[in-house]
Amino acid sequence: MAGIEYAAPDDLSSAVALLAKQPPGRARLLAGGTDLLLALPKAGQEHLVVDLKRIPDLTTTTLGEDGLRIGPAQCCALFTKEPDVGRIWPGLTEAAALIGSSQVQGRASIGGNLCNASPAADTVPSLIVLGAVAEITGPGGKRTLPVAEFTTGPGRNALGHDEILSAILVPRPPRRSADAYLRLIPRSEMDIAVAGAAASISLDEGGRINRAAVAIGAVAPTARAVPGVEPLLVGHKPTEIDPEGVADVCRQAASPISDRRGTATYRRQVVGVLAKRAVLIAIDRIGRTAP
Amino acid sequence: MTKTHVTATINGETRDFLCEPHQTMLDVLRLELGLTGSKEGCGSGDCGACSVIVDGVLMNSCLMLAVEAKDRTIETIEGVAPKDKLHVIQQKFLEHAALQCGICTPGFVVSAKALLEENPDPTEEEVRYYLAGNLCRCTGYDKIIRSVLDAAATMREEAR
Repeated sequence: MAGIEYAAPDDLSSAVALLAKQPPGRARLLAGGTDLLLALPKAGQEHLVVDLKRIPDLTTTTLGEDGLRIGPAQCCALFTKEPDVGRIWPGLTEAAALIGSSQVQGRASIGGNLCNASPAADTVPSLIVLGAVAEITGPGGKRTLPVAEFTTGPGRNALGHDEILSAILVPRPPRRSADAYLRLIPRSEMDIAVAGAAASISLDEGGRINRAAVAIGAVAPTARAVPGVEPLLVGHKPTEIDPEGVADVCRQAASPISDRRGTATYRRQVVGVLAKRAVLIAIDRIGRTAP
Repeated sequence: MTKTHVTATINGETRDFLCEPHQTMLDVLRLELGLTGSKEGCGSGDCGACSVIVDGVLMNSCLMLAVEAKDRTIETIEGVAPKDKLHVIQQKFLEHAALQCGICTPGFVVSAKALLEENPDPTEEEVRYYLAGNLCRCTGYDKIIRSVLDAAATMREEAR
């Protein structure tokens, strides 16, 4: 890790000002560091590591009337213990709790999971189905971008070299809503998803589905929403839906690769099963979560 | 390269050290501060042998830069019990013969302590999941899990 410099600004505007002075590619943002610290020794060039964990806004999650403002650099161990979050967003919470070991949970952050842009990132499908929005701060001020558009390819995201992901905004779900996330790994812990699927479902007063979102992970260059499931779910009572139809639509939406974790055929098959089950779990949870 | 001066609370004592920005917390604990209980197994956050507790949060010290320690409170294996005494978890590791080569043991003890502070009465499954980030190539894990469950029971008894 020869030739790194380190800075730990204590507010967002100082961090943005610092980035603005660096040539493109020199500054690397440190949130949890679980990926960055392993990448730096291989980087072969001098970097300025900008530690974001001294910025209170970036390490604090707040629950308001409108929804959740996730501090992107807050570690998952603390995020998953936030009061009420696990009750309102059980799927997002279980996705955050799946990232790495107990020790990695103490470092890894949701913002880092999103910015690192692994196709298999566990929290990204969950954020997509919840309609989460990335708040990005740069020299010109703030802009927002749906999380679904934030990752642009494996390891690539929409941030400019002088921009920081300053918050992830998750709108409060309507009454009678719940979410779920499932992934398949070959072991029961400490592995990277072969396939993952998230679902968020809302019911109307009459018990019919009036909002449904499914997103799949590890089966395409980025996690992606599967809007094709909506006509199969919206307008139907949970007892009337065709889960196999949901599975098939998700399989068609996948464009997986084969690697040592699984073949493309296997991934495509499994992602359908996971998506179907995530929908059924989300439906089952409605009524047990906050009204 | 200019070194950075860092002050942190380590095992209850204020410690000052100088480090280079690229040095990990694990390297500084071992090489600068003489706290060699934390081990480097993998250096990539997979094995848990370097586990420490920073501001109450369990983490891999190999995934933390030493410069990040400024004003933080760090607990290492050397701080789990008073000098010349064993923590209940350590005592149970001895009683159950939960170690062979011993390289993974400090990490397991620190992690188990973090678990039992969070959850004093874990199920076997909870212990196994919580400690999944600590690798042991000798014991086959069973004696470790039994030690932690026994330590939990003893600590609950002592807390009455």
